[in-house]
Amino acid sequence: MSILANKDTRLLVQGITGKEGLFHTQQMAAYGTNVVAGVTPGKGGEWVLDGKVPVFDSVKIAAEATGANATVIFVPARFAADAMFEAADAGIPLIVCITEGIPVQDMMRVRNYIDRKDVRLIGPNCPGLLTPGEAKVGIIPGDIAIPGNVGAVSRSGTLTYEVLYALKQKGLGASTCVGIGGDPINGTSFVDVLAMFEDDPQTDKVVLLGEIGGTDEEQAAEFIATKMTKPVAAFIAGQTAPPGKRMGHAGAIIQSGAGTAADKIKALEAAGVRVAKHPEELPDLLG
Amino acid sequence: MKIHEYQSKQTFAKYGVPIPKGRVAATASEAKEIAKELGGRVVVKSQVLVGGRGKAGGIKLAKSPEEAEELATQILGMEIKGLPVRKVLIDEAANIESEIYLGITNDRAARKPVMMVSAAGGVEIEEVARLTPEKIIKVHIDPIMGLQGYQTRDIAAGIDLDRKYWKEFAKIAQALWKAYVASDATLAEINPLVITKEGHLLAVDGKMLIDDNALFRHPDLAEMRDTDVEDKAETDARKYGLSYITLDGEIGCMVNGAGLAMTTMDIVKLFGGSPANFLDIGGGANAEKVTAAFRIILSDPNVKAVLINIFGGITRGDEVARGILTALDEVKTDVPMVVRLVGTNAEEGRQLLADADMITAETLVDAAKKAVAAAQKGA
Repeated sequence: MSILANKDTRLLVQGITGKEGLFHTQQMAAYGTNVVAGVTPGKGGEWVLDGKVPVFDSVKIAAEATGANATVIFVPARFAADAMFEAADAGIPLIVCITEGIPVQDMMRVRNYIDRKDVRLIGPNCPGLLTPGEAKVGIIPGDIAIPGNVGAVSRSGTLTYEVLYALKQKGLGASTCVGIGGDPINGTSFVDVLAMFEDDPQTDKVVLLGEIGGTDEEQAAEFIATKMTKPVAAFIAGQTAPPGKRMGHAGAIIQSGAGTAADKIKALEAAGVRVAKHPEELPDLLG
Repeated sequence: MKIHEYQSKQTFAKYGVPIPKGRVAATASEAKEIAKELGGRVVVKSQVLVGGRGKAGGIKLAKSPEEAEELATQILGMEIKGLPVRKVLIDEAANIESEIYLGITNDRAARKPVMMVSAAGGVEIEEVARLTPEKIIKVHIDPIMGLQGYQTRDIAAGIDLDRKYWKEFAKIAQALWKAYVASDATLAEINPLVITKEGHLLAVDGKMLIDDNALFRHPDLAEMRDTDVEDKAETDARKYGLSYITLDGEIGCMVNGAGLAMTTMDIVKLFGGSPANFLDIGGGANAEKVTAAFRIILSDPNVKAVLINIFGGITRGDEVARGILTALDEVKTDVPMVVRLVGTNAEEGRQLLADADMITAETLVDAAKKAVAAAQKGA
């Protein structure tokens, strides 16, 4: 078991013929992910990966032809909202959007639309999902994690790699790693993923990687205190970040004194979470 | 991105928000001309992108074109919070009966835009929120359905607005919503929305923030960027697709990924140093980007050591190493460098850098300690 992605995932890639899309399709397939189709409007009928993966003009046609049950989006920011709406309307139950730099009003419309459907969106502006040994949906380098019982959830990309790598060095593996993304409006929150890990028999403990901005970590703390039985360790990035400045991620900003690392750490510690001073402490905190 | 008051108000007006007659002036004589056209009684308003213009003496009432000229001379020579006043807005003065606050912003937690209204206009909304939060009416707007008529009536009733103004208020609220959506704003604020002695509503001051990620579809708004408010290094970095923020420490940081870049800053602090900057070189960093990043980091005279932390994934360690070597060729420096390369092709990268005069580190903690030590030695 694991969450969201596994060996039964039949993956569709939106933007498969683009430079990024094609490169990561190769990587995902090489990892063993079952990539069943790609979509690039206007390129239907072509094949990629040495004739192994068919390209279609639309998500609907691709899904009907191949039975895809998940999609990963690599299209440029200006077309990303359209790609998410298209996937949702085609009834793809799991949408993972890697794209960075999507206008926030687009994301508000997408999120409010998706909330009315039986669809899960991960991201955008995220590295995607990795269930070690089973499937990789997105851009997390496959070789930095081994299968295990730690669930990982993060707002960041390379920080996640850093932690997965630190766990691997100590012989600790991951059940699934979920990058929820660095945007202020995204599809899936920490709480959503924590609930999935709580229900997942393969996950025994959880590592949460947060950062400044918003209140997602505070809500996670509340959930951990009241609903979770599995232990959680955490790290919050941005303790030295100045207020009012966007730290690379669109969502990483301290506004009117809210969203500071100190507040988040306090809330998490009050909920019984072990908060690391730096990421290399995390394997020890997970024990 | 912030835009000026006059630009915000002109944008609002395009969608039907009533604003005072007025124009922007770059010289005192222009200001006098405009004041003459407007009938003499005008407000002279400095156009700088900071709050507290009034308190700083940057907003003054003039009773005649001559006085407008005199005030414009004063204000155009001012600096407000370190920013030079390059333009003044000359607006017809309104006869104010009372003032309302009306704004729209993104409510991140609710994942919807929120319209905020208060009968205590003219005061900064943060101040009202702190002192009398119950006086702010908040209504969330469904981003798909848009602002509904009943919502504008609920708001008007909520702030005890006299019923005779309800229609006019609803029209303005809808116009502001349209401006907000059409401009991809993250904030659209009228403060104050004035009820005049003549019995009309008028947007006397306006403020807009535009989503940087949406500027690709608003070339007209993108042109309004005022680089006066920006740190020069930050403007420079943006040109190369780097995300950079100046801080006041002595250890320059070059990292791939925003979360890891913040983490690197935090660890530097944890081990007794102080970060000079936030810098995310992004994915797939090439030699050109790395060189630009180096130049920007080293342009800060406070930098006593540089910490390079690259977790190769998509970004390959050997590519970054080549970028570093090219950069060192181009940007000669004595500042000590600590490098940590992990992940994809890190070994090849380390070999490439073996002959360069650099301190290498295995772990994040190791790297931070070495950078702090190098900075102290250099100081």
